[in-house]
Amino acid sequence: MIRLPLVLLFSTFLFSTGIYGVLARRNAVMVLMAIELLLNAVNVNLVAFAAQLQDVTGQVFALFVIAVAAAEVGIGLAIVILLFRNRSSINVDEVDLLKW
Amino acid sequence: MVALLAAEGATATSVGANWFVQHAWVIIVLPFVSAALTLFFGKRTPGGGPVYGIAAIGAGLLMSFGVGWHFVQGGGPYQANIDWFHIGSLQMQLGIYIDGLTAVMLVVVTSVSLMVHIYSLGYMHDDVRFTWFFVVLSLFTGAMLDVVLASNLFQLLIGWEVMGVCSYLLIGHWYEDPANSGAAIKAFITTRIGDVPFMFGIFALIFATGMTTSNIQVIGQTVSAGHVSSLLVTAAALLLFGGTIGKSAQFPLYVWLPDAMAGPTPVSALIHAATMVAAGIYLVARTYQVFVSANPVALHVVAVVGAITLLLAAFLALVQNDIKKVLAYSTVSQLAYMVAALGVGPDGYPAAMFHLFTHAFFKALLFLGAGSVIHAVHSNDMNDMGGLRKTMPATYVTFLIGALALGGVPPFSGFFSKDELILAAKDAHYWWLVVVLLFGAILTAFYTTRMVLMTFFGEYRGDAHPHESPAVMTVPLWILAGATCVVGLLGFAPLGAPYLDWVYFGTEPIPAVFSPLVAVLSIIAVAIGAGVGYRIYRRYRTPDPITRLGGAYTLLEHKYYLDDIYWNGIIRPIRDPIAAAVYWTNQHVIDGVVNGMAALAYVVSAAAAWFDRNVIDNVVNGAGTVAALFGRGLRTIQTGKVQWYAVGLFAGVIVLTVFITR
Repeated sequence: MIRLPLVLLFSTFLFSTGIYGVLARRNAVMVLMAIELLLNAVNVNLVAFAAQLQDVTGQVFALFVIAVAAAEVGIGLAIVILLFRNRSSINVDEVDLLKW
Repeated sequence: MVALLAAEGATATSVGANWFVQHAWVIIVLPFVSAALTLFFGKRTPGGGPVYGIAAIGAGLLMSFGVGWHFVQGGGPYQANIDWFHIGSLQMQLGIYIDGLTAVMLVVVTSVSLMVHIYSLGYMHDDVRFTWFFVVLSLFTGAMLDVVLASNLFQLLIGWEVMGVCSYLLIGHWYEDPANSGAAIKAFITTRIGDVPFMFGIFALIFATGMTTSNIQVIGQTVSAGHVSSLLVTAAALLLFGGTIGKSAQFPLYVWLPDAMAGPTPVSALIHAATMVAAGIYLVARTYQVFVSANPVALHVVAVVGAITLLLAAFLALVQNDIKKVLAYSTVSQLAYMVAALGVGPDGYPAAMFHLFTHAFFKALLFLGAGSVIHAVHSNDMNDMGGLRKTMPATYVTFLIGALALGGVPPFSGFFSKDELILAAKDAHYWWLVVVLLFGAILTAFYTTRMVLMTFFGEYRGDAHPHESPAVMTVPLWILAGATCVVGLLGFAPLGAPYLDWVYFGTEPIPAVFSPLVAVLSIIAVAIGAGVGYRIYRRYRTPDPITRLGGAYTLLEHKYYLDDIYWNGIIRPIRDPIAAAVYWTNQHVIDGVVNGMAALAYVVSAAAAWFDRNVIDNVVNGAGTVAALFGRGLRTIQTGKVQWYAVGLFAGVIVLTVFITR
């Protein structure tokens, strides 16, 4: 049995990596992938606590998150494709029309 | 209210008073209620609203008969009061006092008022202010009933003044014509001149009771006990008589009554024949104890004023061509008969009250008959009438009955009451008054004959097409004519004279006496007057034979120049300086104030404009500028770069987390 603190450390590492990816990467696909990392860090936490507390709710919740994440990636990639078609670029810094 | 009476310690002086006597206050309230109903719901009621007044007055008449029955059975006076308010030691009450005189007056007022209400349905048909007319008519009747029933002078004064206002409204009913509104103002102000001494008389009597009450019976007991100075009582009596001079149109204030004929004819019948002018006589009768207890000078003044008015008015009636003015002066003259008889002393009291009673019926009849004639020929001028006995038979017969009563022909009511008057003067050894009364009877017979001959005999001289009035007008005439034939017998001594058992002054009725001498004298006087009148006016002639009197005719035509004297001697000297002063005040003070206000307003508004432009506008613009500056600063944050927003998001999460977990 892996000890809980180790798991939490691992998920923290995943989450931090994800934050960095979301905030710092310019490639839209990379940003989407970083969001996956954020979601999975949460999933790890949910499963870990479910195992620790002998409560299946966390695992069920993780399954829901995976399902939602799949949908989210689907829409996100569709937006990225449309973006590339219109702009010939998927650099998020260049998509800044929504301002004054 | 009955429970209230008991609770407030009411004084009921008569045992065995029937239901109608105990509830006589309802008779006062009914017409006021009907006036309010007519005012608020009259126009929405089918027929325009007179139904309320007729129902209320009719109920009042039935109750009055009930009250009268109490005295027919030999009942005594009844009094009931409730406390109203106190001023220091002075206790004001509302209450009713009923004796035989009150009961008779109740019947007279309600029956004449009911007849006038019904008659007006026809006469005022199509009038522009039909509903309003009935409102005021009902209100007037209520006020008169209040005067009749009031147990104290203060309450009597209230009814007295309400009546004054109503007479103003009714005389000026057709106020579109300035002559009518002028007559209304004249009537109101002239009677008001009499009201001023009347009010002082009330104050004097309240003072005489030691500032405790204005109850008429208490005042009577106080002044008859002899503890009050004779001077005060005499002054009070003369001051009260001032009210009578105004309201009952006695010399020198009778000038308003002929002009008051400007009102609709039913109004003349109700107000200027049967009720309001009777109120002045009633006032003297009600407060008669004051006159009797005063120095004899007071009653002498009353008798002399009555005699003067009697002759002056009778002479004026001779030369009038307006049928209503003949009746108006005749009314003044007949009222003067009553005043003169009251001046005779307690002997004359029942005679005066009997004449008041009979006169109310036959004079109302004559006025309503004249109204019927005027309705038919559309003119007041007797020169435009003549020959109407053929076209208006019902009006002719009833008018003739009234005229015979007014002239004093037996067996109509005026004969009996006039006999009583002359007999009273004879018994009191007022020989000069007997002569005046008999001479007045000659004049009365003369002008009555002249009026009837000019109106109903000869050939028709007008341009209209006279026709008989509708039944709604002739039926009241027939009823009043019936009353005129009957009521005189109530005072006929050989038949027991029950009237004199009901209405008397003092503790015991004066036994009724029939004097053949007086009756013969009176019949001779009537025969002379009527004979001369018939001789002169048998055929219609122009110019009127009366103009041959020359200088005397000129004097009468100008009404003794009394109106001119009042106008030039009193009204102008008072009015003109006031008018000039008011004009000057208007030009200089009022206009100055108005112009000053305008200038001030200009200065204030200029200051307001400067303040508006420089302060208010700057504040408004400043608010806009500040908002723009903030906006300019804040929009640099909105870069459109998603990742910057995400940075803010995470920073916020971190901050919140720190706050929550701390």
